[in-house]
Amino acid sequence: MAQKEVLRVEDLKTHFFLGENKVAKAVDGVSFSVHEGETVALVGESGSGKSMTALSIMQLINKPGRIVNGNIFVEGNSLVDMSEKEMVKVRGNDVAMIFQEPMTALNPVFTIGNQLVEMIRKHKKVSKKTASKRAIELLDIVGISRSKAIMQEYPHQLSGGMRQRVMIAIAISCDPKVLIADEPTTALDVTIQLQILDLLDTLKKKLNMAILLITHDLGVVSEYADRVMVMYGGQIIETSETKEVLFDTRHPYTEGLLNSLPRMDQKSDRLEAISGTTPPAFAFPQGCRFAPRCPYATEECTVENPPLVEVEEGHATRCILHMEGGKLHVSKD
Amino acid sequence: MSAKINNDVVTEKDTLVKISNVKKYFPVKGGILRRPINFVKAVDDVSFTVQKGETLGVVGESGCGKSTLGRVVLNLLPSTSGHIHFKDEEITDKSTRQMRPLRKEMQMIFQDPFSSLNTKMSVRELIEEPLIVQSNFSKEERREKVEHMVEKVGLRIADLVKYPHEFSGGQRQRISIARALILEPSFIVCDEPVSALDMSIQAQVLNLMKDLQEEFNLTYLFISHDLNVVNHMSDRVAVMYLGRIVEIASNESIYEDPLHPYSQILLQSIPTVSEENQDKATLSGELPSPLDPPSGCAFRTRCPFAHDLCKEVRPELREIKEGHYAACHLYNEDNEKAFTKQGEIE
Repeated sequence: MAQKEVLRVEDLKTHFFLGENKVAKAVDGVSFSVHEGETVALVGESGSGKSMTALSIMQLINKPGRIVNGNIFVEGNSLVDMSEKEMVKVRGNDVAMIFQEPMTALNPVFTIGNQLVEMIRKHKKVSKKTASKRAIELLDIVGISRSKAIMQEYPHQLSGGMRQRVMIAIAISCDPKVLIADEPTTALDVTIQLQILDLLDTLKKKLNMAILLITHDLGVVSEYADRVMVMYGGQIIETSETKEVLFDTRHPYTEGLLNSLPRMDQKSDRLEAISGTTPPAFAFPQGCRFAPRCPYATEECTVENPPLVEVEEGHATRCILHMEGGKLHVSKD
Repeated sequence: MSAKINNDVVTEKDTLVKISNVKKYFPVKGGILRRPINFVKAVDDVSFTVQKGETLGVVGESGCGKSTLGRVVLNLLPSTSGHIHFKDEEITDKSTRQMRPLRKEMQMIFQDPFSSLNTKMSVRELIEEPLIVQSNFSKEERREKVEHMVEKVGLRIADLVKYPHEFSGGQRQRISIARALILEPSFIVCDEPVSALDMSIQAQVLNLMKDLQEEFNLTYLFISHDLNVVNHMSDRVAVMYLGRIVEIASNESIYEDPLHPYSQILLQSIPTVSEENQDKATLSGELPSPLDPPSGCAFRTRCPFAHDLCKEVRPELREIKEGHYAACHLYNEDNEKAFTKQGEIE
């Protein structure tokens, strides 16, 4: 892949200071990069820090949280050092974001046309007429057939799928380099989900965007992502190309997630559930954060949190058992 | 009992629940007099039976009427017409008071464990409440039962003094399950019981529900939008579209050989973890408004096989293969495919 790197996150730490010396380490040392025309999935359960990573990139972290360490580069420009004024220009122009619930992301008292035109004119010095023309064009691009009529309608008149299409139209209105999609289809029905994911895939190719797809659904990851990063306890615990992570898994957590999915092609009476629950971000266990729930955990695991180490080309894991000489590594070969 | 019911399987030994031609219409009121001007046909002419000890899965997209169906089956919502039988007894027109002795036998588990538990009650009070309402057990007996049940669902006795906010979603769902099971019911309607839960927790709760089913010989009506989950849990599956069942068959049969075009597309739409990327048939358009459903077959506006007959005649649910029912004109009298996709030559 000789594509240009458009987003780079370096050792990002976003902590929330909850008082009484309680610090929630929502994002705790995350590094990755995303290239043009690539879909990278960030997968994890609730509380794993995947949404916080996205909000950190957008510089939308509110008190009591703040980015305490690390850097974020979009096309080489550091976002962390930017003033709020400069960030306003970056949001939408360079990095755009779509959310899970499109109803709460759209303003209910303005028409769709109104909101699209406002967005375009905020970022580009164009007349109302040109902006409105562009808005209709955008609605066509996202596959809304009655684009002219929709301009006059209000969000509540649209179905969930249509609203998400409008959100995507707004997001791509200024040709962003990076599109962050935070659970874009979780609130939608399965047939509509497919339509939206296909649309995102088509737009990515057409506009040569980079997509950071945040999801909890490994099926979606398998079908739409080029690379995947699995998050647990505020950290990336495994990353590689999608097929590598899903079919040559190198972390017990990823393995556990895959096993806990009910699957139609592998009928079994019981699911192999991961025992226990995710630890809260202010009380991570000593050592490996997954160790208390890990079926392979040894005493060694509770001593030190393992670093993210490349065990094969492009395939990194945060598990000592999979590292050189580790038991699982040996038994797998 | 009504004499109009077309067959006598009601009295069959192992049928626990039987519903026949059940309809639930919600009036839409308008005008100055607030008269009903239209109806939302949330459940439209649905019939099925649930056998003792089996799990009947109901799948469909939002708005297809699956949750309404669950409530109508329990007579929590009165049906507009049709008959509901529970254990040989017709419950269709029973009042709330008349239903009370039967409530012990039928329970419900809801989707959202955050809003279905009273936040001001401790876990002990929550689980004990049904016993106080429904039985004459002494305080000591109730305590024993609650403590027994809380361990059955995988919580600790020490948790009994805690309040719902102290638990995670998965644990709250365990409390809901304990509450539903404390009266030892035989039939449980589960309305999206794991949709609000994380992946790893979802598996724990599904396993628990299966274990309890075996132990207490429970019968489930399992409602979900997630085909993977329904497939895992069910013996038979009913697929709903706009208030009607379009296909009903055994789990294996429906997943291996879906007959109705809607079931076929629904199955293909699920993103799956697989090494090969399959070609998917995308379903164009969205669910039509239930206020104004298409004439004939409700699915025809989105169906790749639709032709003139589908517009005119509403297909009835027919047995096409043994024990496999579908409502589709695609299959002719001899139960073979009558025609193919428009413009396609076969």
